[in-house]
Amino acid sequence: MHSRLILASLLAATALVSGCATTTALVQPWERATLADYTMRPDRDPLALALAEHVYFSRESAAGGRGVGGSGCGCN
Amino acid sequence: MRSIFFFALVLTLTATVVRAEIKVGDVFPALASAGLAGGTMPATEGKILVVDFWASWCAPCKASFPALGKINSDYAPRGVVLVGVSVDEKASAYAAFVKKQAPPFLALHDVAQHLVRSVVVPAMPSTYVVGRDGKVRYLHAGYHGTTTDQLLRAELELLLTEKS
Repeated sequence: MHSRLILASLLAATALVSGCATTTALVQPWERATLADYTMRPDRDPLALALAEHVYFSRESAAGGRGVGGSGCGCN
Repeated sequence: MRSIFFFALVLTLTATVVRAEIKVGDVFPALASAGLAGGTMPATEGKILVVDFWASWCAPCKASFPALGKINSDYAPRGVVLVGVSVDEKASAYAAFVKKQAPPFLALHDVAQHLVRSVVVPAMPSTYVVGRDGKVRYLHAGYHGTTTDQLLRAELELLLTEKS
């Protein structure tokens, strides 16, 4: 009984590990059509971007802190 | 107990998918039987073949078209066959792109993505230079402007100097 429990646990663990080991879950280079779509760009809508920047500025006190090069001290 | 562990180990190893990626030195799959649509596949037996995998959503692919078109026009008279293979999932996207951009070389469509899955391209675009023996002689991943152009031309020149 005890050995059967161990066997069942091992099989379950093996199935789990082998599932992680396969690369089928990865998005292959030729499957990136959806990811490359314009609607996936975070800056596709200027109004939404301005709103997000405003929220970011209000909450974090860091204007232009996203995607902008600089010292990044966050001083205002 | 030892047999249980051995069984689990074997199961793990067999469950792991081994990808049959086509690399330099491997035989490239036959294009004639790959189910490509969008044009007539030219005869490639005994010829040097350049296969470029591209997609309508891939900006570097689009950027590489003029250079590939120039390579095609320069080397086609010398017996090199250049084929662009679209990996677009949607046939409408492929058709619209070809109609609008008019690639300056034969641009076919891997309708069911069978060819690209069997080749397992490392990046988009990926260009394979296949020798007269049907084996991959050079693989170029991505498009890097004049560097890509020079590397492809150098490889083609090298292959053309070899005896058929």
